[in-house]
Amino acid sequence: MTPPLALLLLVLGPAVVGVVLALAGTTAGPRGRAVADRAAFPVAVATAAAALGLAALVAAGRPSAQAPFLAGAPLGLGVDGLSAVVVPAVAAVVLLVLVFAWADVREGRARFAGLMLLFTAAVSLTATATTLPALLLAWEVMGAASYALVGFWWREDRRVSAGTTAFVTTRAGDLGLYVALAGAVGGGLLGGGSSTGMGLALADLAALPPGWRDVVAAGVLVAALGKAAQLPFSWWLSRAMEGPSPVSALLHSAAMVAMGGYLLLRVEPLLAATGWAATAAAWVGALTAVALGVVALAQRDLKQLLAASTSAQLGFVVLAAGVGAVTGGTAQLVAHAAVKALLFLVAGAWLTALGTKQLAGLRGAAGIWPVVGGAAAMGALALAGVPPFALWTTKDAVLHVALETSPALYAVGLLGAALSAAYAGKVLVVVFRRAKGGEEVEDVVEHWDGEEQGTREVPRLAQAPLVVLAVAALGLAVLGLPPEVRLLAGVLGQDPAAAGAGAVELVVSGVVAVAALAAVVVLVRAERLPEPAWARAWLGLGAATDAVVRWVLALAERAARADDALGRGAVGLARGVVGTAGAAGSADDRLDAGVRGLAGRADGLAGVATRADDGVDRTVHGVAAGTKRLGGLARRAQTGQLHDYYAQLVVVLGAAAVGLVLYVSLR
Amino acid sequence: MLSLVIFLPLVAAVVLAVARGLPDAVARWAWVGVALVEVLLVGVLWARYETPAAGTLAFDEQVEWIPGLGASYHLGLDGLSLPLMALTAVVFAACAVYALRESTRPRSQAALFCFLQTTCLGLFAAADLIVFFLFFDLSIVGMYFAIAGWGHGNAQKSALQFFLYTFLGSLGLLLGFIGLYVASGTFDMVALAADPPLVGTGVTGGLVLAAVLVGLAVKTPTVPFHTWLPPAHTDAPAVGSAVLAGVLLKMGTYGFVRIAMPMLPDAWRSFAWVVIAVGVVSVVWGALVALAQTDLKRMVAYTSVNHMGYVVVAVGAAGVVGGSAEEARALAVTGAVTQMVSHGLITGALFLLAGVLHRRTGTYEMSRFGGLAGRAPRYAALFAVAAFASLGLPGFSGFVAEVQVFAGSIAAVPWTAVALVGILLTAALFLRALQRLLTGERGPASAAFADVRGSELVAVAPLLVLATLIGVLPRPLLEVVEPASRAVVALVAR
Repeated sequence: MTPPLALLLLVLGPAVVGVVLALAGTTAGPRGRAVADRAAFPVAVATAAAALGLAALVAAGRPSAQAPFLAGAPLGLGVDGLSAVVVPAVAAVVLLVLVFAWADVREGRARFAGLMLLFTAAVSLTATATTLPALLLAWEVMGAASYALVGFWWREDRRVSAGTTAFVTTRAGDLGLYVALAGAVGGGLLGGGSSTGMGLALADLAALPPGWRDVVAAGVLVAALGKAAQLPFSWWLSRAMEGPSPVSALLHSAAMVAMGGYLLLRVEPLLAATGWAATAAAWVGALTAVALGVVALAQRDLKQLLAASTSAQLGFVVLAAGVGAVTGGTAQLVAHAAVKALLFLVAGAWLTALGTKQLAGLRGAAGIWPVVGGAAAMGALALAGVPPFALWTTKDAVLHVALETSPALYAVGLLGAALSAAYAGKVLVVVFRRAKGGEEVEDVVEHWDGEEQGTREVPRLAQAPLVVLAVAALGLAVLGLPPEVRLLAGVLGQDPAAAGAGAVELVVSGVVAVAALAAVVVLVRAERLPEPAWARAWLGLGAATDAVVRWVLALAERAARADDALGRGAVGLARGVVGTAGAAGSADDRLDAGVRGLAGRADGLAGVATRADDGVDRTVHGVAAGTKRLGGLARRAQTGQLHDYYAQLVVVLGAAAVGLVLYVSLR
Repeated sequence: MLSLVIFLPLVAAVVLAVARGLPDAVARWAWVGVALVEVLLVGVLWARYETPAAGTLAFDEQVEWIPGLGASYHLGLDGLSLPLMALTAVVFAACAVYALRESTRPRSQAALFCFLQTTCLGLFAAADLIVFFLFFDLSIVGMYFAIAGWGHGNAQKSALQFFLYTFLGSLGLLLGFIGLYVASGTFDMVALAADPPLVGTGVTGGLVLAAVLVGLAVKTPTVPFHTWLPPAHTDAPAVGSAVLAGVLLKMGTYGFVRIAMPMLPDAWRSFAWVVIAVGVVSVVWGALVALAQTDLKRMVAYTSVNHMGYVVVAVGAAGVVGGSAEEARALAVTGAVTQMVSHGLITGALFLLAGVLHRRTGTYEMSRFGGLAGRAPRYAALFAVAAFASLGLPGFSGFVAEVQVFAGSIAAVPWTAVALVGILLTAALFLRALQRLLTGERGPASAAFADVRGSELVAVAPLLVLATLIGVLPRPLLEVVEPASRAVVALVAR
């Protein structure tokens, strides 16, 4: 198979299979649906396995392809160093998550598998897009698939609402990509007279003239921050936890959220070229790592804790893009994808088996199924950034470069790292601390089946992916180790000398992580870990979002009332023209007043200038004069019959036409 | 050939009208037959179409008519009109299939809609202002009868309101046409575009443009001339709404690119910012008011104001010549024409789907539904696809249209980025509608809801399939439109 064909299949294969499965799972007859549900996971897992193979092929072959789309702006896709690392990683997580879901998802299997594959196709296109139209296309399809997956259990309103929140919030950010695309057009990138020879290529953005370049950078930055659930967009990720756990494992850790960080790594030269955009990204990332770290530490629901930690961990990727640490950022992205997918799957396994994701109900859960518990331990230690696990080295590869940029950024980043250790430690100590004595056990068991009916089992099929991911959570540490990180930098086309952590920083962060972890273990055991309400409520981001929604809906109501009034005014005007045409004098006044009123409204609404207003006025006067002259005649014709009105209007029209002819010819 | 395509439905209309003894079933199927033949014929036109040389039209037909007035029976097609001809044929075919289950005077309805189809096709092919105006007004008359005769609720009143409002608008249009005639001595659209009169006349050109714009703005409709639209749609039958929104609204926006821009380039450039402002206000206002609606049909009607607003923004931005590349402005105009086609397909589908609700339950009130995804999964799937297409999701035609409109418009006039709020609001309102109708607890009107059946599926699905095809493979459409939009942009810049 040629690499370009493999690239096309990587995107189109899952898309087509996904659409077919989703349609069969929803619209086929009862028997067809049953067949589709039975076939769904075997087909989906086979497709995902094939996609992983294709991902490996394209990572090796580095093909590119393009299809004509808009005038001078094709859909371009291609594989470079960055996507050669990220695309196979995502494909691997997709495969593992689908295997888990095979065991975990019990209703609507065809719809579920189909939507997951459709989402996968969108991610592959996002990661390989080389032009803005391709990126925007994939970016928004990703959001729509996320909507359908978060609201997968559609009978429950709150879950669908959560999907809506996710889609609308991320689309608010997506508007930035529309602006960016327009900015690239404004900057003359249409048609592609540039290095790439391809219109609206991502690689050409950094070379835009200042002005348009700033517009494009701002747009891309906003879109990426929205998807990556960075401040101030983070709230949607909390709501998205209403979705099934495999969805969280894929979308809210390895793929969609991660794509926000990925996009910034890809356009790092653009951010750097503007200067301010790089600084903004660095600080938003660092502050999100700290603020959402605090939020995560305060959570009492495991999935909420993991969601907040996703925002925080992606903060390091965004920080990396801001300080130009593309190598470290990529390592962090890949390692976090494995670690967080693992932890979400663990949370899902417990939720299915025990019926709860409340930490209070998960006390000692690690001991019930040793494989799950062991995997949870590996995942939590990696998330904590404890040596020798993955996120320890990758995070430091970012912080190392941040220190060169600004000691303040480094300090904030290190605080974020300490918080990671703290919230991971909280999970660790809760799930490993057995309840002692009857009363404590009762307290724990009381939470079981609180959210759904637990099955009290974790099938082997669901355990297998956990083992693979747990190995990755340890093994991926090599990505950030000094010798290997240089290799990675080479693959990514970055300067190997600038990549990777120094030994001192590795020791510092290792010590910080272990210390923070130990402190939390002590605090939790003493039941003195603070969980302030403001942090538990995601810094009030949810309340703020609700307030904005209420405001917009109230505004819409007012607009609707105003619009109805405008409609009544127009009806009155029409009556003025036709109904009272007989009473010529008064009709003239009413028409005049009515149209003046209407023109006034138009004026207020649209800011029409006096010149246009004069034009309207004069025309109206012409019509009104005609009405006046013919009023007497028209009075006799008021029968309410359509053809009579028609005749009257034709007469009025004739008079107005004569008037215009006279006016123009006299000039 | 072109005349045959246009007048074949009229012949069918006459036959259907006089054949009093015709069984209902035959009348229904005859309409379907005619509509499908039309799709086929337009397909042939499309296959044989080659982009005409600048200043000429493909399939040009001209017969002397009123030589004293400089008016002739003149028809022809280019990249602006051919897609709209195709849209007309497709939307009418969908309506014919949907109406297979019509029980109220099906023979008269078939005749009326065949007549309407002739007026729509004729308007898009017209190359003479008198011919254009004739079809413009006849379409209003036809739609009046469609609403008054087959509507529900307050149909008589809404129909009359629609008629009077749009007829008053056409009066403005005629005034403008007469102004163009007085200045040039001809009604021929090709001649007027080749050699626009009233260039450099300032106020006079502005007045004529104002008259034309008011006429087109009422038909499009833009804020503040849109208030006839919601009642007309709410009380119109499903097929009437589909044709009204799918095809008739396009007469307004088509007039911008066909008449106002090429024939009054000077005035268009001067007043471009007014057009843009009206467009931006229509986008935001239409979406905001739609968000507050509880009646599905009214909501879709207001989204039409929003969607047509994008077209108006784009054609306005194409008139701001200084400081922006011709490529960007052409992109905006291509986006505008794509949006006309896309909106016709998607909104046509949405109105037919709204009609299914009314057929089953007699209401459009969204709060009465809920949980339809369980009772009627096919209906739910169709509606969800149509909703996502309408909110501009990539993969559907609306995205191809809107991304070009925004890219071109913002590149030419940066502050038009305000209109982006529109796609956020439409996303919110369509997701709310999905939630109210399809998900959650089963509502009172959902209880005995039967899923979409044969003819309903066959009517709606092709519209959405076409919207998807354009969204995924836009080149066949865009290659027809792009030369024409470049030509319009060049004409405006003269």
